[in-house]
Amino acid sequence: MESFWEWFKALNDATGINLTIFYDSFDRRRFISGLLMTIRLAAISIVASVLIGVVGAWLQGSRLHLTRKLVYWYIQFFRNTPPLVQIYFFYFGIGSLLSVTAASGAPVPIVSNVTWAVVSLSFFAGAFNVEIFRSGIEAVPGTTIEAAESLGFTRLRTYLLIVLPLAFRISLPALNNNLVNLVKTTTLAYAIAVPELLYVSSQIWSDSLNVPEMMNVLLVMYFVLVGSLVWVMHRWERAIKVPGFGA
Amino acid sequence: MSRPLRWNQALPGGTDLPVLLPAAARLARSAQSERTSGQFMLRLRAEHGVALFVLFLIACGAAQAQGGAGSPSILETIWKWTPLLLRGFLFNLAISVTAMLIGTLAGLFLGFAQISLLYPVRKGAWLTTHFFRNAPWLVLLFYCMFLLPFQVTVFGVTIPIPDWVKATFGLALPVMANVSEILRGAVQSIPTAQWESSASLAFTRRQTMWRIILPQCIKRMLPPWMNLYAILTMATVLTSIVGVAEVMTLTGRVLSAENRQGLLLPFYSYVLLLFFLYCYPIARWTVRLEAKYAVER
Repeated sequence: MESFWEWFKALNDATGINLTIFYDSFDRRRFISGLLMTIRLAAISIVASVLIGVVGAWLQGSRLHLTRKLVYWYIQFFRNTPPLVQIYFFYFGIGSLLSVTAASGAPVPIVSNVTWAVVSLSFFAGAFNVEIFRSGIEAVPGTTIEAAESLGFTRLRTYLLIVLPLAFRISLPALNNNLVNLVKTTTLAYAIAVPELLYVSSQIWSDSLNVPEMMNVLLVMYFVLVGSLVWVMHRWERAIKVPGFGA
Repeated sequence: MSRPLRWNQALPGGTDLPVLLPAAARLARSAQSERTSGQFMLRLRAEHGVALFVLFLIACGAAQAQGGAGSPSILETIWKWTPLLLRGFLFNLAISVTAMLIGTLAGLFLGFAQISLLYPVRKGAWLTTHFFRNAPWLVLLFYCMFLLPFQVTVFGVTIPIPDWVKATFGLALPVMANVSEILRGAVQSIPTAQWESSASLAFTRRQTMWRIILPQCIKRMLPPWMNLYAILTMATVLTSIVGVAEVMTLTGRVLSAENRQGLLLPFYSYVLLLFFLYCYPIARWTVRLEAKYAVER
């Protein structure tokens, strides 16, 4: 392994291609931690946004006018404003209100920037998911639900075993688009200094003065990350597609 | 198939499964169009503008109340800085128009390469398109900001490249990739019968392309293209992260120059209103065109 890292040092000496993230253990650790942070941001936001989507779709079918209106304005806000504005809104707008004064007199935020990034990214993607799941549920015919009822399914079991699986299969293509978009949006967490891939890379290139190398590494990293997500999701999409539906 | 036709068997897939309700087809269509255009559809409505305006007024009122007696009125302060902010906003628009122009030209070129008959050209264009589509906008912006030189020397003449030009190139790259995919999707959506009938009328491939296929494509490309432009306009605020003096950066500077409590929300909602006023007509027009062409199809 050590000789593998040493090879990059030799590459730097021979060609001037300075990939510190391979031979410098400090940079390597930083880079890997940034990569993990990006993956963690993406993973948590994906799960949270899907949950928001399911709950929101359920709330949208509520009998209370107020609940439906609230969900409606939530979707309108997060769908139509740039995600950067949303992140600023959460971090600077709400985050500055939620701070306690430390013994030194300096304000200390209760919620960290990483948490705010996760929250705003989840809300951003969640708004789209609510609409996607809502259409998915709407697409399940009433006759299917009646058939389940006639077979003695309770309401909850009908929802969990009949409606949701079918709705999910219908929603998956739209959901995938949104999740891919979400992974790309994680870069905006840079703006509030979350140490994700873009942020640590910028630290590395200012310390090691290898801007072109890091830029290319970064581009390839994101291409691989997003590309593999797209590939896996499309495979899954094809595997569980409703037969005979769509092209 | 020798099975007798039933009333619900008119599906293109030829299935006799229970028919899903129209919402499923709508969702599938929008997912498909998102996939070709690479962006979600903006659906701005007049009520969004009203809500923003109300937010702006409430924020102004709150800031006024915080300021107490004797402090200058919030609206006056905003009016004082409006020329500067508008100049910044015009800068955003200039960046968006230039990036769209460059991105569209390059994207059309790449899109044509994607439907080329030569395998390496087709594959190479496909790879380029997907490479830039999968990269986040901010990363591409950084790429151009840091890697383009700050000046070039051509035949002894040194031409400086200001940072906003580099930012424009950075935004033009994702636009290029999306336009390329929009063109490919549009060409692919034209029924093969069009190709076959023009071949039977002895059109060459080039003639078929220019006289039969592309005129039909323009209609299909226009709505996603305009949507892409509206999204690009909103994305120009990203250039503030790399230090271009556009409206967000200027607003930040104004806020620190005023150095007064509670100005944050009035000013930022004012900027949001500016963007809304510009993007709203585009979004409306896109929806109209889409509906119009959907019927004609």
